[in-house]
Amino acid sequence: MDLILLLEQTLNGLQFGLMLFLLAAGLTLVFGIMDMINLAHGSLYMVGAYLAATLIGYTGSFTLALLGALAGTALFGAALEVSLLRTLYQRDHLTQVLATFALILIINEGTRMIWGSQALLLNAPDALSGPVELLPGLTYPAYRLLIIGVGLAVAAALYLLVTHTRIGMLVRAGASNREMALTMGVNVKRLFTAVFAAGAALSALAGVLLGPLLAVQVGMGESILILAFVVIVIGGIGSVRGALVGALLVGFVDTLGRTLLPMSLRTVLPPQVASNLGPALASILIYVLMAAVLFWRPQGLFPARG
Amino acid sequence: MTALHHSLLPRVALPALALLIAFPPVMQAIDQPFYIVLATRILIFALAASSLNLLIGFGGMVSFGHAAFFGTGAYTVGILMVHGVDSAWIAWPAAVLASALAALLIGAISLHTRGVYFIMITLAFAQMIYYLFVSLKAYGGDDGLTLAGRSQVGFGVDLASDVVFYYVVLAIVALLLALLGRMVNARFGRALQAVRENETRAQAIGFPAYRYKLACFVLGGAVAGLAGVLIVNQNELASPNLLHWMQSGMLLIMVILGGVGFLYGGVLGALVLLLLEETLSEYTIHWQFGVGLILLAVVLFAPNGLLSLAQRRTPSARGASG
Amino acid sequence: MAEAVLALRGLTKRFGGLTATDGVTLDIAPGELHALIGPNGAGKTTLIHQISGALPPDEGSVAFGGREITRLAVHERVAAGLVRSFQVTNIFQRFSVLDNMALAVQAGSGSSMAFWRPVARETALFREAGELLARIGLADKAASAAAELAHGEQRQLEVGLALATRPKLLLLDEPLAGMGPEESERMVQLIAALARSCTILLVEHDMQAVFRLATRISVLVSGRIIASGAPDDVRRDTEVRRAYLGDEAPSALA
Repeated sequence: MDLILLLEQTLNGLQFGLMLFLLAAGLTLVFGIMDMINLAHGSLYMVGAYLAATLIGYTGSFTLALLGALAGTALFGAALEVSLLRTLYQRDHLTQVLATFALILIINEGTRMIWGSQALLLNAPDALSGPVELLPGLTYPAYRLLIIGVGLAVAAALYLLVTHTRIGMLVRAGASNREMALTMGVNVKRLFTAVFAAGAALSALAGVLLGPLLAVQVGMGESILILAFVVIVIGGIGSVRGALVGALLVGFVDTLGRTLLPMSLRTVLPPQVASNLGPALASILIYVLMAAVLFWRPQGLFPARG
Repeated sequence: MTALHHSLLPRVALPALALLIAFPPVMQAIDQPFYIVLATRILIFALAASSLNLLIGFGGMVSFGHAAFFGTGAYTVGILMVHGVDSAWIAWPAAVLASALAALLIGAISLHTRGVYFIMITLAFAQMIYYLFVSLKAYGGDDGLTLAGRSQVGFGVDLASDVVFYYVVLAIVALLLALLGRMVNARFGRALQAVRENETRAQAIGFPAYRYKLACFVLGGAVAGLAGVLIVNQNELASPNLLHWMQSGMLLIMVILGGVGFLYGGVLGALVLLLLEETLSEYTIHWQFGVGLILLAVVLFAPNGLLSLAQRRTPSARGASG
Repeated sequence: MAEAVLALRGLTKRFGGLTATDGVTLDIAPGELHALIGPNGAGKTTLIHQISGALPPDEGSVAFGGREITRLAVHERVAAGLVRSFQVTNIFQRFSVLDNMALAVQAGSGSSMAFWRPVARETALFREAGELLARIGLADKAASAAAELAHGEQRQLEVGLALATRPKLLLLDEPLAGMGPEESERMVQLIAALARSCTILLVEHDMQAVFRLATRISVLVSGRIIASGAPDDVRRDTEVRRAYLGDEAPSALA
């Protein structure tokens, strides 16, 4: 096994995992605190990418586009929460599924109406388009290093926020026992809107950062949404720490699985079978992982609820 | 109050059936054969959604992986046909059996969880099956498996004719809905609803909850497999989309839209959603926007599904049900 | 001596550092109305859970009618005749009172893996359900939703459901919980009537009811049985009186 390849894929796994974390953090908090299944979470990820792709056309600056996209998506998320999603908190999960599914259709189609069906181009900043030599023989794209850097920074910031600030305490209290948090006299409405908007901003960040690597097009949210759900189930609904661990786990398993599995299969199976089976097994791997967690430890690795 | 008895509503169902029987000749007379194909599609999804409604509405099991059985039924027919088996008498039962088996395996494991965890684990298994079939390049892979033609029935029944196919589908769907209706009013259905309503209490009076839920899950999976058989025949294509989680989501939406736990909830949901899809797409390519808005309206005004609106208008001592 | 209907031997259950049930050994003879009393937190409900099968014990065994049932599931114990009612009312809220009872009768009368014949045609089933409702005094509420019943009536239904499964041993977990004097009186009479045809293990806090109904009493304190015997003997037992000081009103045992 080529060590360089292994290191490279490990970094890719870390990068992917950190982005999944950004997506999962908002999702797990909304699910944990407001007990709401939000299928439209992936749409916020998409909106972020679309806003950035548009803004970069006007400003020419990736950074400005990024900040604009974050602000825009947070506002959009807050507006959604205040107008519609707020009414869903008290409802049963099936109603939430129906409503947020409807939202996916509306937001997806709305995006098509504004931007058309073609994929948009979102380019990484020129300064970061080259490779960086990390170790002799190991070069890695600078842009991906940026993603890792931003991901780690946000993870650290979130950790500090959730464990060392009053807001964070309220958030954790809300996740572990909603009724208690309510009786503590928290301004629940504003807290919920803030949590939702923060989750939207995080999703947008993931969308913008991943935009240059994946395609910016309608439907990009749904394919990553399902991975986000896998992450929060593995990590534990309502737990930010769980979202991080779960996301890294999924990121590594998925990325390394896609490289290592086909390779190792080729050593024992005929190449035809291996090239078919490899990708399939790699895709299945994280679902096997989730099924195993659900079976043996259904509350997840770090259950927020006591 | 929830009544345990669910009427098949013969006063509504029989006229509807009569209309459905008369439908093709009427369409042919006004030279609109396309609607026969549309109606067939609606009937097939009505069956698929009803099978999911059995799980959710009567068994209390919210599955987000029902597409797995829908697709397994479809692919079994397709794969058998690739290997030269195109007789409906062999392929169709085989497909239903395959789906039932898949449901048995998935259900046996998943039913050790509940609530949102059950939703996620059924999704996980459905994804595994999706990726498995997509990886089989010999059977179409990403593009799906094209059939050489529809299944062979013999006895002068040629499924290649859309009209003949329509009547076969109608017969199957009507029969199965009638059987479903019998079943929910029989001992099994009542025990199942008791388990759904209050599992602890059901166990405490002596119902083995796991057994009934698993039986229900398998039955639902088998019927979904049958719907898959029909859809692959109509499209003459086994597409991986049939197994995709968005397909599971679609079926779920149909059930919720029509009304969870109402006997005809799946039927109405499939009808409304597919008709919306059809009519709105005539006006705009952005028809999904309209569908989304209408679904939101349903959430606001008919949160328990469309059939719950009918219930509100006809209150009775024991509560009417669809 | 007749074989014990229920025989508990060395039943032990621990939750982390807490020993909720500590080597409980107890026999319940046929025809007894055996009351289990004890201060709050003594572990009565945990013990009931282990007898009914809702909780597996860490050590010890449960035998029912001479048969070892420690590993049997709840519904299997119910099939054998060991039935419980719940401390917190646990009925089918959205179904009618008659349907509640009919389901219990259905569960106790053969397999429910029947897919064709409508239950509505099983007149014998509904007749029996109706008779049971009359027996527990809820005949006039048959068509109401169970959720619409008053609290006391719901508790009666709770007991009635347990009764419908034709139990050999009825575990009543605080049937009088939350009842006013009138409702309590009705429940006491109901239990007394039931005791004529069924062995009963009664967990209760209401001392008046306990001493009116019980033929034998066992006292559970901190997971251990500290006294067991005829009501008068238990009443006079010094350890029992000490256990109740500061917990229940001492006058209850006077």
